[in-house]
Amino acid sequence: MKTRRDFIKISTVGVGAAAISYKALGSKGFGLFESKLEGPVSDEDLTPYPTYCEVCFWKCAAWAYVDKKGRIRKVLGNKNDPHCNGRLCPRGTGGVGMTYDEDRLKTPLIRETRNDGTQYFREASWDEALNKVADKMKEVKEKHGPEAFGLFNHGTPGGQFHHLLRAYGSESNAEPAFANCRGPRMSAYFSTFGAYVGSPESTDIRDTKCLVLIGSHIGENMHNSQVQEMSEAIDNGATIITVDPRFSTAAAHSSFWLPIKPATDIALIMAWIHVLIYEELFDKDFVERYTFGFDQLKEHVKNMTPEWAYGITDIEPEQIRRTAKEMAGAAPAVVIHPGRHLVWYGDDTQRARAMAILSALLGAWGKRGSLYFAEGIKIPEYPQPHYPETKWGWRDWNGDKYPLATMGITTELLKASIPRLNYEHQVKAWLIAGTNLPLAMPDKPLFKEAAAAVEFIAVMDTMPMEVTGYADVVFPEATYLERYDVIRSAANREPNIALRMPAIEPKYDSKPGWWIAKQLGERLGLHDYFNYDDYAEVIDWQLKKLGTSLEEMKKIGVKKFPRKSGPLYMGEGEDFEFNTNTGKIELYSVDFADHGFDPIPKYTKHPEPPANFYRLIYGRAPMHTFSRTINNPNLSDLMSENSVWVNPKVADLWGLKKGQEVWLKNQDGAITTFPVKIRVTERIRWDSVYMVHGFGHANKKLSRAFGRGAADTEMITNVMVDPIMGGTGMRGNFITFLKEDPALNRKEAKA
Amino acid sequence: MAIDTKKCVGCGDCVVACQTENNVPHGYCRDWIVERVDGTYPSLSLEFRSERCNHCDNSPCVRCCPTGASHIVDGGVVLVTPHKCIGCGACIESCPYDARYPHPEGHVDKCTFCIHRVEKGQNPACVDVCPTNCLHFGDLDDPNSAVSLALKDRKWKVLAPEAGTKPQLYFLT
Amino acid sequence: MKEELFVSGRNIPNIDPFLKIWHWQIPLYLFLGGLAAGILFFAGYFVVRGKEKEMQTAVKWAPLLAPIALVLGLGALFWDLKHKLYFWQLYTTIRLESPMGWGAWTLMIITPLSLIWVASYMKEIFPWWDWKFKLLDKFEAFVIKYRVPLAWVMMIYAIILGVYTGILLSAFNARPLWNTSILGPLFLVSGFSTGLAATIWMSKDAAERKVLSQIDLVFIFVEIFLIIHLFMGFLAGSETSIEAANLFLGGPFTVSFWVFVVLLGLVFPAVLETLEIWGFHVPKWLPAVLILFGGLMFRFIMVEAGQITRYLY
Ligand SMILES: Nc1nc2c(c(=O)[nH]1)N[C@H]1C(S)=C(S)[C@@H](COP(=O)(O)OP(=O)(O)OC[C@H]3O[C@@H](n4cnc5c(=O)[nH]c(N)nc54)[C@H](O)[C@@H]3O)O[C@H]1N2
Ligand SMILES: Nc1nc2c(c(=O)[nH]1)N[C@H]1C(S)=C(S)[C@@H](COP(=O)(O)OP(=O)(O)OC[C@H]3O[C@@H](n4cnc5c(=O)[nH]c(N)nc54)[C@H](O)[C@@H]3O)O[C@H]1N2
Ligand code: SF4
Ligand code: SF4
Ligand code: SF4
Ligand code: SF4
Ligand code: SF4
Ligand SMILES: [Mo]
Repeated sequence: MKTRRDFIKISTVGVGAAAISYKALGSKGFGLFESKLEGPVSDEDLTPYPTYCEVCFWKCAAWAYVDKKGRIRKVLGNKNDPHCNGRLCPRGTGGVGMTYDEDRLKTPLIRETRNDGTQYFREASWDEALNKVADKMKEVKEKHGPEAFGLFNHGTPGGQFHHLLRAYGSESNAEPAFANCRGPRMSAYFSTFGAYVGSPESTDIRDTKCLVLIGSHIGENMHNSQVQEMSEAIDNGATIITVDPRFSTAAAHSSFWLPIKPATDIALIMAWIHVLIYEELFDKDFVERYTFGFDQLKEHVKNMTPEWAYGITDIEPEQIRRTAKEMAGAAPAVVIHPGRHLVWYGDDTQRARAMAILSALLGAWGKRGSLYFAEGIKIPEYPQPHYPETKWGWRDWNGDKYPLATMGITTELLKASIPRLNYEHQVKAWLIAGTNLPLAMPDKPLFKEAAAAVEFIAVMDTMPMEVTGYADVVFPEATYLERYDVIRSAANREPNIALRMPAIEPKYDSKPGWWIAKQLGERLGLHDYFNYDDYAEVIDWQLKKLGTSLEEMKKIGVKKFPRKSGPLYMGEGEDFEFNTNTGKIELYSVDFADHGFDPIPKYTKHPEPPANFYRLIYGRAPMHTFSRTINNPNLSDLMSENSVWVNPKVADLWGLKKGQEVWLKNQDGAITTFPVKIRVTERIRWDSVYMVHGFGHANKKLSRAFGRGAADTEMITNVMVDPIMGGTGMRGNFITFLKEDPALNRKEAKA
Repeated sequence: MAIDTKKCVGCGDCVVACQTENNVPHGYCRDWIVERVDGTYPSLSLEFRSERCNHCDNSPCVRCCPTGASHIVDGGVVLVTPHKCIGCGACIESCPYDARYPHPEGHVDKCTFCIHRVEKGQNPACVDVCPTNCLHFGDLDDPNSAVSLALKDRKWKVLAPEAGTKPQLYFLT
Repeated sequence: MKEELFVSGRNIPNIDPFLKIWHWQIPLYLFLGGLAAGILFFAGYFVVRGKEKEMQTAVKWAPLLAPIALVLGLGALFWDLKHKLYFWQLYTTIRLESPMGWGAWTLMIITPLSLIWVASYMKEIFPWWDWKFKLLDKFEAFVIKYRVPLAWVMMIYAIILGVYTGILLSAFNARPLWNTSILGPLFLVSGFSTGLAATIWMSKDAAERKVLSQIDLVFIFVEIFLIIHLFMGFLAGSETSIEAANLFLGGPFTVSFWVFVVLLGLVFPAVLETLEIWGFHVPKWLPAVLILFGGLMFRFIMVEAGQITRYLY
């Protein structure tokens, strides 16, 4: 299908060639006895600038060390920061690579069409690019109302554009962090405890006696302080129970690994609940005092015995009882990790509910070693007018469909952009900031159709990621080490804030997100919402309100405040009002019942792979964040491509060898663009294969990432939607192997 | 140095930290991670090892160096002096751990135990960055050093002891 | 199943997945060194034995090759250095434990020796040549006078050089294939055999060739014997040395080693030489070329295969 907006590989005429010849010349110098690469520089000769990391959403506070030549030599954790305790994860340490990646977006780009209909990007001045986007925003506002301008946002860059859109009059936004990530647990924990677990999750792993990981692959999922605390827990001799069909890193470090059959977790959790209740191992006092619906729960799980679960999950009844007893023995110092990326099988809110209920039975809420009460600092609002009222927004698409969704749903925003689907409220143009949708969204055909349907797309990114190829205008943002940004404030044990300031001037012709948003705002007559020349003014104003200042924060980076909300944990037998319908922890969810959802989780059987197909499961590699770091020079050094993990039995059956390249094809006939290498390993079951997400970039401008490995996303065309909050369940996809280049076959078929 | 394989998650942070600290050129490394899997699904074991030069007590790389570029300094750290090294590769051939690499500038390079930091009383960069805190560094002769304490009540092994180099990296198992 | 892999950091050119630090230069260097050692040894040997007249080629002509081979060998070694500008550092220290250093010094001594040797025959080789300088004439006379002691010194250094070509590898315990003391004698014998082969090829005198062939046969048999011992040693050794041996016993080097080195490079020329001694007509270049080629192959294979073998991973 030929669309109005073909995906273009960013290549600006002329520049490419010039860059190559420069590189060729520059690579060899002639210093005879002089070393070209400097050795280590001692810390005293470097100047540290405070920042917080943007390589993932944990946002660890750090110091960027700059040498006398103005080069950032290294990024080290801020010792005073509870997100990192002075130690960044590999991605944060390799964050310098974000700034020094020579493939970065360097200037604004505008899409042009040649006479023959082919399209390309032309370098443009900031003025031209900003005017173009502002004009389009005015046009859409006039023609369809500001609400028709949608926004996909993620991370701090997304925040700046969110502010812009609100000021402009639109709340039509969605971020992948909800429906593609942790949405299910938000709905589940809110309906159970009337509270969220937050980010960083308020898991007291440091002090726990028993850590239960249901699919959470900490250690590969490198959310920093969590990894650190898991290591502390190991030192403290805590029991770790990991439920994962794959022998994950966490599983390897666990006391118990339950190699579960994928898609059956709810059965296991319900069996645990059964054991706790019927063997009277639960925390009776806690349950009586704080929970609602115990009797219904007891009745509900009556037949959900370990023997019943064994038939479903492959986990021996003995193992189920034993691990339940371990938890009970450690209670209430048990962390049932709520998980983070939970959108697996479409019943994910219910699975997260089951986990919440399990916690409640163990009394593992608000107790040392379970989930603590986090507290954050509210950043004062910089003076500005109220945001204008909107006639409609993301809530209206969720509407009756996903009544318990608390944020915009990405797939709904896509669907609202496709006229064919006849949404009452339709979106006509997009801003995209800080998300690489083609790799982050399942069902790529849907994304492509939506992208082709909208009139206009502007993307703000730092890298020529695949998403920029769909843009009409591309804004090159300065990387996080080159800009001021909003003050970080995330709830933690101790309330705290962190500053991000530029360590160096933005490279190339890139600009900070706040500046881009402000420039657009000014062009749209929204000056009152951007009433500052430099974002530093906003930060300084806010910091002063908080009793500190930009000057002080530049020196310390992180500031902690005393807690005001009371202790970290509940008192013994303390009266406690939960923010739920019943004021109690709802083992039986009144809200769910009201909306026609199962008030107590049920196990539902999900489809299994057909013959010769294998379930595709995916996860993280510790040294990469999604698609964003694959081209990072420091991190691609550690892992430059992904592989598909195959059990030796499967490898034998198919005659697959270690390192052999195959293409994957899924149940719907989708084939990966690039081949991927086989890893033959016992660490994966014979009914599944495993891949690290984020690889398989299709833009040639990403010199290190292009064509390296394959994208799991391309294989995820079946989305198992969570009826409760619209989550995009991605693990109901099955793949098979193509040992020969499918392109050859296609050619042959034509000939 | 002692490496706790029970805690290491194989994240490679120690590798990146070494690269940025020591300006190790892209494509090369002074430390690296090995993953070792034994068994059959589902009875499996897995070990991650963060490896680097073992600063062998009986170091063949120093012995075979024709120019004296490879040498041992006080405290047992094995170092290479770039301007004495002719790049003959003998030391690379002699190291059973493949701990050395030819620097693009011609000389041979490898882990220095971050001597520039250790001299100032700091830990090596990799030790200081490790999110699981599984690297312990210090003087084995000092019973209170981090490394001595780590080795005290744990089982450990060294790699390829049969190569006879008396390696000084201890892997806690 | 056992699985061991690098999860991060290692993909260093010429080191991963297999060590390939030494390329063609080193085996060539070893080959040329062995060849020169063989030639020089026998030149000395026949002088000491007073067979100068009978063994003209061995004593006078073949040694012409030696300095050329040595200089080319040194050139190859130099070529292989990655930090060439610091080459002089080799001669600022004497490090007895370093085979590289040892070799550098041995070559430093034997190359001038071989030049002197050749120079002492210059007049005989090029009778029409006029030296013009009186001093040189004097020097030449001096050398000729002390030719026998010189021959002794040269033989000793030739042995050192020959053994060194093997020890350069066997000193590296880190590579299980090289980790055997047989390599010293084996390379020595093989080097001498190539030296003899080159001399045989050059010789126009059937009687001389016969003597040389007889000696060569002995060397070939010793060499085969050492090779068998080498493998028996490996197979009786640890897991890593068995793995090393397996590269040649069913592994990737099986054909190249057994066909090119052993069959074509040793057995077949031995048969040819025997036939020639028995009076059959065999083109004189054939066994010589085979031996030289076999010797070269042998060094290439040993260097390449040795780098593949390792203790870990
Ligand atoms: N198949 C599959 N899909 C998934 C997942 C999965 O595991 N598998 N995981 C899901 C989850 S949990 C999540 S949270 C989402 C994440 O989805 P995304 O947030 O879209 O993830 P990234 O691929 O990291 O894309 C981030 C984009 O932001 C850009 N960027 C980075 N830093 C900056 C900056 O400072 N400024 C600007 N303007 N841009 C920047 C990057 O270049 C990149 O294009 O993906 C979801 N989608
Ligand atoms: N290094 C790194 N760390 C990250 C990120 C990153 O990009 N890189 N992203 C961060 C973000 S935004 C998120 S949301 C988190 C996600 O991190 P997690 O929440 O830990 O991710 P999940 O996708 O839930 O878990 C993946 C694991 O689930 C297992 N699994 C697959 N199917 C099943 C099943 O049916 N049952 C069970 N029990 N397990 C199953 C897989 O084998 C794998 O080990 O990671 C965060 N941390
Ligand atoms: S966890 Fe790692 S990548 Fe994420 S913010 Fe912290 S240091 Fe950065
Ligand atoms: S940083 Fe620590 S946990 Fe990570 S690979 Fe290195 S030693 Fe292991
Ligand atoms: S590990 Fe290798 S380089 Fe390091 S001291 Fe031992 S032999 Fe030398
Ligand atoms: S490469 Fe350099 S350090 Fe190594 S042996 Fe040769 S001269 Fe010594
Ligand atoms: S001690 Fe220093 S040089 Fe050695 S691996 Fe660690 S960071 Fe690198
Ligand atoms: Mo996420």
